Amino acid sequence: MIYHLALLLICQLVGEVTSRSFALPIPGPVLGMTLLLILLLIRPAVAKATTPTATGLLSHLSLLFVPAGVGVVGHFDKLGENGLAILATLVISTVIALAVGALTFVKLVRT
Amino acid sequence: MTDVSDIWIYLSQEPLLWLTATLVCYLAGDTVSRLCKRHPIANPVLIAVALLAAILWATGTPYATYFEGAQFVHFMLGPATVALAIPLYNNLHHLKATALPLIAALVAGSTTALLTAVGIGMAFGLPLDILLSLAPKSTTAPVAIGIANEIGGSATLTAVLVILTGVIGAITVTTLMNALRITDYRARGLAAGVAAHGIGTARAFQVNETAGAFAGVGMGLNALLTALIAPYIMGLLF
Repeated sequence: MIYHLALLLICQLVGEVTSRSFALPIPGPVLGMTLLLILLLIRPAVAKATTPTATGLLSHLSLLFVPAGVGVVGHFDKLGENGLAILATLVISTVIALAVGALTFVKLVRT
Repeated sequence: MTDVSDIWIYLSQEPLLWLTATLVCYLAGDTVSRLCKRHPIANPVLIAVALLAAILWATGTPYATYFEGAQFVHFMLGPATVALAIPLYNNLHHLKATALPLIAALVAGSTTALLTAVGIGMAFGLPLDILLSLAPKSTTAPVAIGIANEIGGSATLTAVLVILTGVIGAITVTTLMNALRITDYRARGLAAGVAAHGIGTARAFQVNETAGAFAGVGMGLNALLTALIAPYIMGLLF
């Protein structure tokens, strides 16, 4: 498990350093994910070995957003007098974006 | 016997208390979610956040103190994002087979998320600084903050809007997809990742591994695409 955690951290580290060195618009962890994927394609055996650690981490992905979520509560006043309009905008926009994304995929997969 | 207030002073200075509280409140949220048969309204993040916010408020604890404990959990977001490569790899055959619909859905979902956020915000008469902070709301937080800084939005406000968008997406996606009769977990997951980043991806993993893999891809590619097009689109609009 420590070996696999180290692998994840090394990929993230390389990703962060690359992202910052070249001022790329992609965050370090996303680059790290791409790097790990390339590694897995070269060495498929690593995927099998890393799967339990990754599954353990990803099955509770929600937990990792809790600290940021608590931070948001303290900033509700930033929404100010526009709070209701902002909330309505977020709900409508997110629902439309979800629908457009999924419908586009389904329509094109069928044809 | 040590005075209770002495113990409190010790605890309030150590990360132990708030790290434990974060895990316990999440477990409480997760238990409620499981008892509700993973009903989307019983979102574990939402329940945990509400509990912790109430505890911080009741004990008069500043967020900075809380974060000293919670930072260890927050830190794991990075390695977890890297770990998305594993389900992605395990679902590679799905992804290869659907490359074209995937790219099309990404472009459609991503631009819709950006344009509707700004358009609806304008219709509600929101001021320009809020509109600029709204634009990257479907993108994963670090990228969204970078975009907001570039186009002239507020980083703090964007962080708040991004988290809210994630929670809204995670809560609405299941009901919406059922209403639209979309049963394809690849489509459902991808849409959740594109429109509601990591929190949508977390919800997708709760439902189905393939949905989770597609959500992870959607989140990653949307981060890249929004970073490329948002400054350009906002430049055209304003």
